[in-house]
Amino acid sequence: MCFLEHWGGVCVDAGGRVLKNRDMANPAIEIENLTKEYPYGFLNLKKRLSLEGLTLQVEDGEVFGFLGPNGAGKSTTIKCLMRLIFPTKGTARILGKSIEDVSMHQDIGYLPEQPYFYDYLTATELLDYFAQFHGLTANDRKARIEKMLKKVGLESTKKIQLRKYSKGMLQRVGLAQAILHDPKVVVLDEPMSGLDPLGRREVRDIILELKREGRTVLFSTHILSDAEMLCDRVGVIVGGKLRGVGAPGELVGIQSQGMEVLFELGPEGKRPALLSRATQTGERYRVELKEEELYAALDELKLAGARILSVTQIKATLEEFFMGLVEADRAQAAAVEVRGK
Amino acid sequence: MKNVMIVATNTFREAVRDRVLYNLVFFALLMMAAAILVGQISIDIEKSVIISLGLTAISVIGLFIAIFIGVGLVSKEMDKRTLYALLAKPLPRWKFLLGKYFGLLMTLTVNTAAMALGLYAALWVVKHPLVRADGFVLVAVYLILLKLGLIVALAMLFSCFTTPFLAILFTAGIYVSGVYAGDLRVMRVVQMDPGMLKLLRIVSYALPNFENFNVMGAVAHDRGVPGILVGNATLYAIVYGAIVLAIAAVVFSRRNLK
Amino acid sequence: MKSRALQGIALGVLIVLGMAEVWNLQRKIDAEKQSLQLESEELMLRSGSMVTRMSLEYAPLMAAIYWTRAVQYFGEKHHLQDQDLQLLWPLLDITTTLDPNLLPAYRTGSSFLSDAPPRGAGEPDLAVKLLERGIKANPEQWRLYQDLGNVYYFDKKDYLKASQAFQQGSELPGALIWMKAMAARIAAEGESLETSYFLWKQVYDGAKEPELKKNAGSHLRMLQVELDFRAINHLADEYEKQTGHRASKMSELVQAGLISGVPVDPDGYPYVLGEGGKAELNLDSPLLEEQVMQKK
Repeated sequence: MCFLEHWGGVCVDAGGRVLKNRDMANPAIEIENLTKEYPYGFLNLKKRLSLEGLTLQVEDGEVFGFLGPNGAGKSTTIKCLMRLIFPTKGTARILGKSIEDVSMHQDIGYLPEQPYFYDYLTATELLDYFAQFHGLTANDRKARIEKMLKKVGLESTKKIQLRKYSKGMLQRVGLAQAILHDPKVVVLDEPMSGLDPLGRREVRDIILELKREGRTVLFSTHILSDAEMLCDRVGVIVGGKLRGVGAPGELVGIQSQGMEVLFELGPEGKRPALLSRATQTGERYRVELKEEELYAALDELKLAGARILSVTQIKATLEEFFMGLVEADRAQAAAVEVRGK
Repeated sequence: MKNVMIVATNTFREAVRDRVLYNLVFFALLMMAAAILVGQISIDIEKSVIISLGLTAISVIGLFIAIFIGVGLVSKEMDKRTLYALLAKPLPRWKFLLGKYFGLLMTLTVNTAAMALGLYAALWVVKHPLVRADGFVLVAVYLILLKLGLIVALAMLFSCFTTPFLAILFTAGIYVSGVYAGDLRVMRVVQMDPGMLKLLRIVSYALPNFENFNVMGAVAHDRGVPGILVGNATLYAIVYGAIVLAIAAVVFSRRNLK
Repeated sequence: MKSRALQGIALGVLIVLGMAEVWNLQRKIDAEKQSLQLESEELMLRSGSMVTRMSLEYAPLMAAIYWTRAVQYFGEKHHLQDQDLQLLWPLLDITTTLDPNLLPAYRTGSSFLSDAPPRGAGEPDLAVKLLERGIKANPEQWRLYQDLGNVYYFDKKDYLKASQAFQQGSELPGALIWMKAMAARIAAEGESLETSYFLWKQVYDGAKEPELKKNAGSHLRMLQVELDFRAINHLADEYEKQTGHRASKMSELVQAGLISGVPVDPDGYPYVLGEGGKAELNLDSPLLEEQVMQKK
């Protein structure tokens, strides 16, 4: 069963590639059949699959969002890419080099989720420390650190030890250390988590700036609106499996789901027949109509002297698409359980 | 190798900013007090007592640092996840490990040297001027440092695959067993079946023999230590330490971080 | 994952080669340390009461540790044929202060202390002191009286006190009957081979502690040799009486029908007749060495 057809979206092949998509010439990140098993239970005999056969590609210069509920496997994937954990099966390549090649890390920046750094260091010292591994000269480092701190807005606190930093500030330092060395690929694990709206806006701006500079950005999030706003393409992971890849718009389908009309009753209090289909909140009424029904309905309301407040197109949001996937996944899991009994 | 030094320097910096250095002050005061006290109580053996006491203190304090901080080197980073961003740099895991090791070794060297100075100061207070034979104390201190280096390696190894608490326990356990390892070889007393005896012999060689680094008895009585013993003890520490660190590196390189 | 397998193999090789080198170095270090006598001859604390105070509630444990140390000290010195046993008394002193009821310390300890060198420390007075302390703390233990009697008899040659010790011990519950008999015999005869043999045999039979048993066994063998010598010399005298000259070989005695076969020493080597036709140990017998040591 292809969930996406239900949503009028595009279907993916077994490899997770959107069928309509062109083959990429220079993928910045290639992931093939990535699988991660976790043994658990008595004597570690049972195995839990936190990632199953993940295959996808991220194009050079695009902003790619990893979407999924908590525990879906987004962090696991990223940690596999960064060689913090080792996949049970499958391979991956970044900028053409296998992930087993440590030198590949020269061109990557990484922000871990809920970052924590050496709290006895100041921001400047931390950035300097990390920058040393990239072989930058002392002067070069100094210049870049200045620039970076300004960029993430930590200039005023650069001499304070990190133990005194708030979560948001740590996130920003993390971002700074990820991009200080001018990496071609930037991997961010939940960069928005724990940030207030202002902080999130700032991170969004930084990501957009990275894109303008031509870098590839891969980030994971469970906040859908961020993904919609920032990403060229999005990969949806639920239950360890890739459920769909494509531009946010593509995934939710370009077809309209209908029209929504908001209205109030007229001063004469005439009640149109439409009211039976409408929901009421206070003085307002809301009704969903198919596109072809729109004009007839508007006429009816005009005749009734109703005041029309708004007419909008209903589009499935990424959220609904998302929730649909999660529900279907749960239903399938339950079905398996029932069958198994 | 440059990357190893970068990690080492940072580790050293961390230790310096930690409370670790306070023990130096404590030690110096302790030594002074001991010197004065001893001077009041006994005649003729103050020097030997000061040296024994001093070397014991250096050894014990060094031991605590080596075990507790040695275990923390890796497990603290894994626990607090400070490791994650660092491993994303072009830094192989084994270099990280080695850097941490050398960083702590540097810290221990500085610590030990400072304490040795305190010891010499106490000696001077008790019996000045100092004699050439007092130089032997440095040899004893050097051997203690070798011992500590080996213990740090063991602490790191254990912390790579168990919880910090267990790692401390295991390291302390190996230390105690290692001290008595030599005795296992010379035990002639108990009648045991030959198979068991052979096994005990093998175990006694396999354990790190920390008595190799103990020359307190000689030094406390102004007896010199032959260079060849120092040389062999150094080689022992290097070879054994290298084995332990190599195992630690392999274990750590394959470990999935949470 | 081929590199992983290679890594594993490389590590294995390193461990094997490395530990071989470790073993090699260890042997060198052991030799160097020993030959230069760098063993610490120091006992930092010689005061038993001090150690007891420092041990908090772990005194019995500390006693066991000190006792083990004493045994190892003795064993090591013995192995090195080093006769300087000056730390023995302090170690025993501390052990028994820590735990006055640790019987093996008194029994085996007094034996080590009292025995003449090269076997022991040659300090019978200290052995008496140790045993008296033991008796005071464990008045119901008749074996301690046995040990006390042995010290007076063998090493102090004070037969009166020896007899008294055996007598006192014989009155305690559990004491074997021979204690009383011995008390009388020693009072009457003083030292004799038979008495000596008997006393050591009692120690050997009754000893639970392996070191004590070993020591007793060693004494017994030498006494057996003495007894055998006496018997053989007696026969040799008979032979002289019969033939008018001294026999020079054991076979002559056999031929004369005085003895059915050539007797062997406790290690199984046949006795020989030496200078002046007196019984002597076979040159091949390991007992010869012990005899030489005893004569020192």
